[in-house]
Amino acid sequence: MRHVFLDHQSATPVLPEVFEAMRPYFTEHFGNASSLHQHGLRVRDALKRARQQMAALVGADSEEEIFFTSDGTESANLAIKGAAYANERKGKHLVVSATEHPSVMSSVEFLEKQGWTCTRVGVTPQGMIRLDELRAAITPQTVLVAVHHVNHDIGAIQPMREVGKVCAAANVPLYVDCEASAGWLPIDVKDWGAAMVSFSPHRFYGPKGVGVLYRNRKARIVSVIHGGVQEGGRRAGTENIPAIVGGGLAAEIARARLPQRIAHVAPLQRRLWEGLRTKVPYIQLNGPEPGPDRIATNLNLSTEFIEGEGQLLLCDMNGIAVASGSSCVSKSLKISHVLGAIGLDHALAQGNIIMTLGEGNTEADVDYVVETFARIVAKLRGMSPMWDEFERGVIDSVIAPTGRGKSFSQHAADVSGKPVH
Amino acid sequence: MSETYTLYNSTVMEHFMNPRNMGDLKDADGVGEVGAAACGDIMKISLKIKDGRIEDARFKTFGCGSAIASSSMATELIKGRTIDEAMAFSNQEVVDALGGLPPVKIHCSVLAEEALKAALEDYVKRHPDAAAKSTAGAPVPA
Repeated sequence: MRHVFLDHQSATPVLPEVFEAMRPYFTEHFGNASSLHQHGLRVRDALKRARQQMAALVGADSEEEIFFTSDGTESANLAIKGAAYANERKGKHLVVSATEHPSVMSSVEFLEKQGWTCTRVGVTPQGMIRLDELRAAITPQTVLVAVHHVNHDIGAIQPMREVGKVCAAANVPLYVDCEASAGWLPIDVKDWGAAMVSFSPHRFYGPKGVGVLYRNRKARIVSVIHGGVQEGGRRAGTENIPAIVGGGLAAEIARARLPQRIAHVAPLQRRLWEGLRTKVPYIQLNGPEPGPDRIATNLNLSTEFIEGEGQLLLCDMNGIAVASGSSCVSKSLKISHVLGAIGLDHALAQGNIIMTLGEGNTEADVDYVVETFARIVAKLRGMSPMWDEFERGVIDSVIAPTGRGKSFSQHAADVSGKPVH
Repeated sequence: MSETYTLYNSTVMEHFMNPRNMGDLKDADGVGEVGAAACGDIMKISLKIKDGRIEDARFKTFGCGSAIASSSMATELIKGRTIDEAMAFSNQEVVDALGGLPPVKIHCSVLAEEALKAALEDYVKRHPDAAAKSTAGAPVPA
């Protein structure tokens, strides 16, 4: 059986050269960067080099603007809570886009319980932030604006330069979550006027267990993890040296190979979407069409009349690793809030599948996925009462309405006795 | 990859991959279609009933792997049962026969129980005479 990994948004394999660079820092160079002897000073040097590599990836002036954390979620927590607490006296208002990652959304919800207020700025049906709403949301009490570079679910690339201009005009610092873009799109903190940017190397062939926060010297943050004075006092705790060393090299390689990586995945993305749209009836792409507004790695699909988890499981049993934003896949039984924010119909959110491409994927992989996915969809539709009821005209399609029958959502509400979601 | 890891246990996976009794019954005596408000799943069970006994059962399910496996297992379990026996059917039987479900997926088995009871109620509505012959009389509410 062919094995096709189409979940590069969750993890990527560590490059062999990255793994080799990490190896000595587990065994030989095991020192703690806080130690003042040879063992500590040696790894301190390695830390500095990794900071320079991270700074170069995002176009930062100095490695002193780079802070290491444990992962992207911790970086987001530090950016949001760190800025909120540091600027409490100026005001207690935050502005975020409605489609931010849960690490941002949940940090904001945490602060709301402590007396902060937050305005969530809406997005277009394609997932692009509404700049006029953003402008209107900023008040004299706003201490931070958070807008991600690329959405983790639907791959929409936000107009960062325009967002940066809005924030600069209002003199409010901008935090940009680059988890879904780092290593796959150019990042330029100065061009955007970003006060903070976060990302993690496991999305671009580096190891898990390390996150990065770029912070402009003018932006004030306080630590949210307390202990020693590591990371300039902004993040206590022993640095994960092997992961930081590996992450630094992965960042250097990502910067050098960026054009080749994009040139490799962009045609595969188009081939995959063209294949699926041709072979699978009643399928829809969520977010922008492949092109300048969408990251070249991501496809977010809705297949009508079937549910996402069944698609995911059958893909997995056929060697294809994918993700889904449907409620059945989520431990909370809720659809991805991103799909809600773009106004996706309930019927389409339930049939959601996310495929994210990487360096290792080939045209033959894509063709196998198209052919296998078409079979999987047909099998699940054969089991679905919704497909049968669509064919009999009881319910209608959202993607290609026939004008016959009621909506899926109405039908689901009728048979469950409650409105859905 | 030499070993295959699965999200559910092997019985659940087997019923998901090779569901039993999938489809519709022509001239069904009772059909029940229910939805789960919690997750949006929809399940439909059709029954063929003869002499107060479930002769055949079929399902169709819009839902996750455990919802499909639950409806497959439920239809297996209830074949051959009398109406009264089927009215007393509990989702726990499905959970046990499947060798357990993750806690967040127990509601899938509840949906199977509800679909079965909706199909039985539909039968009772359509065949009041036959239903009266059953010893327990009135149907148990789902």
